[in-house]
Amino acid sequence: MAVLDRRVIYHFDWTVFVLALMLAGVGVLSVFSATWGNSRHGLDPLVVRQLMWVGIGAVLMAAAALFDYRSLSSYAYLFYAVTIGLLAVVAVAGQSTGGSRRWINLGLLKLEPSEIAKLAVVLVMVRYLREEPPRGGWNLRHIIVPGILLAVPAGLVLKQPDLGTALILVLITATLIFVGGLNWRTGAALLLGAMLVAPVGWHYLKPYQRERLVSFLNPQSDPLGSGYHIIQSEIAIGSGGAWGKGLFKGTQARLNFLPEQTTDFIFAVFAEEFGFAGAMFLLGLYAALIVRGTWIARHARDRFGTLLAVGVTGIIFWQVAINVGMASGMLPVVGITLPLVSYGGSSLIAMMAAIGVLISVNTRRYLF
Amino acid sequence: MARFTSHSKNRPIPRLEPRVAALTVLILAVLTGAAARLYYLQLIKHHEMAELADRNRIRLQRQPALRGLVYDVRHRPLVDTRPSFDAVMVPEDAPDLNATTARLEKLLGQDGVGKKLDEAEDQGRPEFDPVTVDERLQWQQVVALETHQLELPGVSLQVNPRRHYIYGSLAAHLLGYVGEVTVRDLNRLPDYRMGDEIGKFVLERTWEPSLRGASGGQEIEVDAVGRRLRMLREIPERPGNSVVMTIDLDLQRVAEDAIGDRAGALVALDPNTGYILAMASHPTFDPNSFAGGITPAIWRALTTDPKHPLSNRVIQGVYPPGSTFKIVDSIAGLEDHTLTPQTAYECAGGIYFGGREYRCWRKQGHGSISLHRAIVESCDVFFYNVGQHLGIDRLAAWAHALGLGKKSGVELDNERSGVVPSSQWKAQRFGERWYPAETLSAAIGQGYVGATPLQLANMAAAVANGGTLYKPQFVKEIDALDGSAVKQFPPVIQSEVRIDPEVLELVRAGMAGVVNQADGTAHGAKLDNVIVAGKTGTAQVVKEAQGERTKENAIPEQYRDHGWFIAFAPLDHPRIAVACVIEHAGHGGSTAAPVVKAVLQKYFELNPPQGGVPVKNPDANEHYEVDPLAD
Repeated sequence: MAVLDRRVIYHFDWTVFVLALMLAGVGVLSVFSATWGNSRHGLDPLVVRQLMWVGIGAVLMAAAALFDYRSLSSYAYLFYAVTIGLLAVVAVAGQSTGGSRRWINLGLLKLEPSEIAKLAVVLVMVRYLREEPPRGGWNLRHIIVPGILLAVPAGLVLKQPDLGTALILVLITATLIFVGGLNWRTGAALLLGAMLVAPVGWHYLKPYQRERLVSFLNPQSDPLGSGYHIIQSEIAIGSGGAWGKGLFKGTQARLNFLPEQTTDFIFAVFAEEFGFAGAMFLLGLYAALIVRGTWIARHARDRFGTLLAVGVTGIIFWQVAINVGMASGMLPVVGITLPLVSYGGSSLIAMMAAIGVLISVNTRRYLF
Repeated sequence: MARFTSHSKNRPIPRLEPRVAALTVLILAVLTGAAARLYYLQLIKHHEMAELADRNRIRLQRQPALRGLVYDVRHRPLVDTRPSFDAVMVPEDAPDLNATTARLEKLLGQDGVGKKLDEAEDQGRPEFDPVTVDERLQWQQVVALETHQLELPGVSLQVNPRRHYIYGSLAAHLLGYVGEVTVRDLNRLPDYRMGDEIGKFVLERTWEPSLRGASGGQEIEVDAVGRRLRMLREIPERPGNSVVMTIDLDLQRVAEDAIGDRAGALVALDPNTGYILAMASHPTFDPNSFAGGITPAIWRALTTDPKHPLSNRVIQGVYPPGSTFKIVDSIAGLEDHTLTPQTAYECAGGIYFGGREYRCWRKQGHGSISLHRAIVESCDVFFYNVGQHLGIDRLAAWAHALGLGKKSGVELDNERSGVVPSSQWKAQRFGERWYPAETLSAAIGQGYVGATPLQLANMAAAVANGGTLYKPQFVKEIDALDGSAVKQFPPVIQSEVRIDPEVLELVRAGMAGVVNQADGTAHGAKLDNVIVAGKTGTAQVVKEAQGERTKENAIPEQYRDHGWFIAFAPLDHPRIAVACVIEHAGHGGSTAAPVVKAVLQKYFELNPPQGGVPVKNPDANEHYEVDPLAD
């Protein structure tokens, strides 16, 4: 990388940076609230760690913002290969929690390679798709390679099993292929094909994943079992009302009726305590960040930058949509974190680094 | 458009910007959808969701109300509710559960604690929920647990109210008992919960709504694993109302003591109100053994006992009334004018009727005898004649009018109506016509005739008060906690029978003679200060061998006669009417009359006759001659 250009500082995208930090702040507050009363003295260790991750993430975000995103292009395949390696390590020697192997224990940080896999897939796709499509757009033949590039990490993630992350990998790949220039008719055919294949996919789901789907369709079928998460989350959100129950006053979270409160269901914690107003504020922050991301994509100087911005924005968007949809009972329960808000070092640091890249794309358009 | 022609060369290269714009639109649409969902959940469904959230975290802990007390007529408690100690344990609070359990079992002197804990776990006990490991501790056990509290982490004593019948079996057939609600009760009564106490029998059951009160409750906040965190709200319970009975504790005690170990029954009424002053039935039971669950062994013993301790003989015992029925004969005959005070019959120890001899209890006979002496000496032959002249149907009509053969209306379970035979009754019952000879048996209260002690007491009361049959009542009022009467139960007249006062006077005089004349059959029941009027009776259990009057103690107990005595006093202004039967004990004058005498004595001791000084019989010398040879 070249010497730091003063223009990089001058054109720094403070909007995205501040939005990201505000969302991370909401995350710390929510983790704080969800763990309130767990430890008798001082802050819960989870809050302290989350604050630490936000600090590390902010530094990494700033560093990535200052880094010239174009040079990422040359590291794309390497990064991808390393990520596949990490996922393979997880598959062989990963630390398992609750029946799934997702983490590599690094002492301070339990590394979750599937979080990195999202960035790796975005990067490798963008690297591969930066070539302009032919007239009429890509057809099936053109997307065989991206398909394989997706299938390897997605397969490994699915094996963990982590249906949520695998789904995100598929969605961002699809988003990038669509924006990059997929033939409309091929796109429509693929969508139709996916819908036809879905029942077949049912057979490959784990029993607990099927249960989640069934209980999503009918939560009351097993209110104390799989349906419990959906019901309790809906109750938490709904009981928040217009203005919420107030910080630390969310009974659903505080009395542990809400499952996975610091991670997958943190949105419900926040919505219970801050109500519709708070939820709209949070959704507004995301909307601002995402719209800003698409704006950056449209104004990027090169195709690589555009696709990179779409990829990063796509990760945020799909995760927000699925996480909020799940917490509010619109989608089945799949383990997907709320970006920047859910507790977790890997996801937070990876996400902030990715947003740093987004800032870099915006900043660099003035430089060349 | 040209762009969409089939030739790929003419198709444009897809441009990024419109596709990003399309993506943006898709994104905004999805986010708007999410916002709409939140709007629905948080604003439209808010109340429903808030209620569900509260239902999650709030447990209602009911606080059952203290059951009302039962008092005697002088407001002395007969039934109250006392603390009973249960040992409860929170396994989570015991660091070494096995050691604590072993220690507890040793101190309690029983080894069911571990089993109780396991059962609770099997039933899905929420964390930190206490388990009742032993109930109704003895005093020594309570002391043992108290003094070794430090060695028993997680163990505590819980005080639960339990029904207590202060005088044990006293008036058990009136008070009844309580027990745990059954599933059937629960379906019927929405206010009850599993484990609640409910009145099961007579007073406790009939007055259940008054005695129970209204349970209160506490709203307790719990977390997802059911741990109790704090109390949110408390609704105080409303204690049950008290029942004030008409019975007098002292009189009741005397009645029960006087019956003693024999099987029998006694009921004393106020003839002016129908209030029951005492009601005893023996053998009996201890309602305390029902409170908090009766043991199967005790239950089996009670239900299989051939003497039926659970049944109340006062209302369920149907006995031949024997010679007490001669009161009916007398009134019926006089009212019907087939009998006058002067009518005399010759008693030669028996009469022949339809080829069979009907004997008088007095083998040597009474000679020429008229009404007064016939009542006093209970001459059977005289009343055979009276009955024969009346006919069974007129006799039956009068028996009905005097309350026989029908329920008295007392609010007690399973009252029996007894039997007053008539030609119609016999036709319906057996499809046979009535034989005139059967009237003779009926006239001396034998044969088909059957009556309960309560019916005969009611009849004595009607004779005493001039012909009014009151509904016998044993509850005078319902009192609130502060002692104010919530409800009172004034006397209720069931029926009135018009009897010529002169007729009644003759019958009463005869009954007074039974007790006060030396040749009366119950001369032993005479009191110094009050003129008692009465009538003895002896109910045959088996038909005697023709013409044989065997010595009572020569025949097995279960074939011996039942002895009756009915009475009222004082003669001129009656205040108490009594009926008593002693089973298989021989004739009434020597068995039942002393019991009644004891009750009357006690009654007039508690309620001294007007003037407060013993009154000598004003006309005893004139009318009631004392025969030194009799008795």
